Amino acid sequence: MRAFTQHKGLVAPMDRSNVDTDMIIPKQFLKSIKRTGFGPNLFDALRYLDEGKPDQDSSQRPLNPDFVLNQPRYKNASVLLARSNFGCGSSREHAPWALDDYGFRVIIAPSFADIFYNNCFKNGLLPIVLEEKIVDKLFREAEALEGYQLTVDLEAKTVITPTGESFGFEVDDFRRHCLLNGLDDIGVTLEDAELIKTYEDQRRQAAPWLFGAGQ
Amino acid sequence: MAGKTLYDKLWDDHLVKQRDDGSALIYIDRQLLHEVTSPQAFEGLRLAKRKPWRIDANLATPDHNVPTTDREKGIDGIVDPVSRIQVETLDKNCDEFGILEFKIKDLRQGIVHVIGPEQGATLPGMTIVCGDSHTSTHGAFGCLAHGIGTSEVEHVLATQCLVQQKMKNMLVKVNGELGKGVTGKDVVLAIIGKIGTAGGTGHAIEFGGQAIQNLSMEGRMTICNMAIEAGARVGMVAVDGTTIEYVKGRPFAPKGESWDAAVNYWRTLHSDVDAVFDKVVELDGADILPQVSWGTSPEMVADVTGNVPDPAKEEDPIKREGIERALKYMGLQPNQAITDIKLDRVFIGSCTNSRIEDLREAAAVVKGRKVSGSLKQAMVVPGSGLVKAQAEAEGLDQIFIEAGLEWRDPGCSMCLAMNADKLGEGEHCASTSNRNFEGRQGFGGRTHLVSPSMAAAAAISGHFVDVRELLN
Repeated sequence: MRAFTQHKGLVAPMDRSNVDTDMIIPKQFLKSIKRTGFGPNLFDALRYLDEGKPDQDSSQRPLNPDFVLNQPRYKNASVLLARSNFGCGSSREHAPWALDDYGFRVIIAPSFADIFYNNCFKNGLLPIVLEEKIVDKLFREAEALEGYQLTVDLEAKTVITPTGESFGFEVDDFRRHCLLNGLDDIGVTLEDAELIKTYEDQRRQAAPWLFGAGQ
Repeated sequence: MAGKTLYDKLWDDHLVKQRDDGSALIYIDRQLLHEVTSPQAFEGLRLAKRKPWRIDANLATPDHNVPTTDREKGIDGIVDPVSRIQVETLDKNCDEFGILEFKIKDLRQGIVHVIGPEQGATLPGMTIVCGDSHTSTHGAFGCLAHGIGTSEVEHVLATQCLVQQKMKNMLVKVNGELGKGVTGKDVVLAIIGKIGTAGGTGHAIEFGGQAIQNLSMEGRMTICNMAIEAGARVGMVAVDGTTIEYVKGRPFAPKGESWDAAVNYWRTLHSDVDAVFDKVVELDGADILPQVSWGTSPEMVADVTGNVPDPAKEEDPIKREGIERALKYMGLQPNQAITDIKLDRVFIGSCTNSRIEDLREAAAVVKGRKVSGSLKQAMVVPGSGLVKAQAEAEGLDQIFIEAGLEWRDPGCSMCLAMNADKLGEGEHCASTSNRNFEGRQGFGGRTHLVSPSMAAAAAISGHFVDVRELLN
């Protein structure tokens, strides 16, 4: 996995709560058997005026001029500023794949849905929870100032505004460690393979009905 | 010391390692696999030259992409070539790694969350995961079950474990008895309406109280299925006689001495009387009426006797904007009566409501009646090949067909419209599924979430009606 230490990037404010994973990447694009190539269909139904189909050249499609990411000032944004309960709905990891493929590295919101939040960390994407009033302030600043950038430091767990104002955020140590070092967490878990085997043997004794059924 | 909650017990029983940083390794007893969220996980295993840790913990079936007609053609019946590749890829992966799969032409094929319990592959006390958020369904059996992303599917395949943080405990208690015509679906929609789509975020919800205990396993599955719609990855119900009776005799269930030992353990799977929950919400079952969702989030629900809300009366600006946006998308007017919402299609199916009891409930309403001529389509999609066979043995298919509903083959179908079954732009659908997000059932489609009997009543009337009037 790609490591994440520090990132400075243009902020795009998406002023809408409860953005669900169907909105982030609609189901017709889930038919791919790859992890890449979802970027052109990120927020497809909001971003384009027509109905999106798989295997279509999205560069030729009519854009919705009202959608925030279609505004020239937010071109190449890599920090998405969002509202509460971002990523609710399905477990599709295609949602963080699409955000990543589009070029986002950080998402800041007052709250995230659990499965989405977890999926982000598996893909080098950093979801940051900040208090609602701080998010409100960032929205105001990002909308007021063209070219507004934020600096995110995962080591220090801070978000820094262009004026140098700094906001701390929480992230659990294991996820932070994996992200800072770009670790494959399967590899980390397999370091405990002996423990897993011991547990499994005990469980096989205590609850034999959980093993070998249906084979 | 306070007693343990059901979640605490399940967690403790599956804890392989508690790490100093607060994360933990949790052992997974069962992984269900389907075609949409597994291909990249198998590819990841191959690239890393890893093998599945424990083959017999996995069970696979294609469900999201499968057509609900012409099933005798098997994979060749999938018209969309991209969908076909995904189903073929699941077959190839399961064959290569030796994982048991109910393929498209197998009678046991169906929606993962229907076939797990049906086969007894879902047993009380298990940890169960699947790359699908509605895995919470299996919590109805006193399981710790939740949806995971594809990277975690790969992690479980490779290690039989998940790295987890312990969630908080939440109890949703539904006291008393439910009124006539009020189902598990109405209960869970009412709960989501009360606590909101983020009300359970970070929590494992246990559903309890007399009204929940009185429900069948099907009703409990419907409720746990939609825990994720309240923000909780995990929904659970304590094990009781109803649970054990349902599991008995199923193909994967233990037999003989092993059965007795299992039942002894399963009987312990309830929260202790002195267990402490971080959050408790109580509802009175008698207050719950048949529910209809009017908006684009499952928390946007109303009683069938009620009205669409008026955004002008909402004081919170973010909520007001949300209501305005939803009404615009749904093509509804503020204060419009729910029963004035006209429908174009009716869908009875999905992992929420496609089990035999759901079909019986819908058939009881349409029996001897005809689908309204104003509808473009009304369809019934059973949750599995075995549910379909059971329904046909009971003559339910004939009741549906005579009433003018289409009788289809099993799969996820119009719940998320990955196959050919979808809504047209602007069409209103009474749907027994779980999500009314924008575009969920088709580009520009307008979903109203209801129970199977409410969907059946809407099919007869062409608009929403209080099903209790038809049950008299």
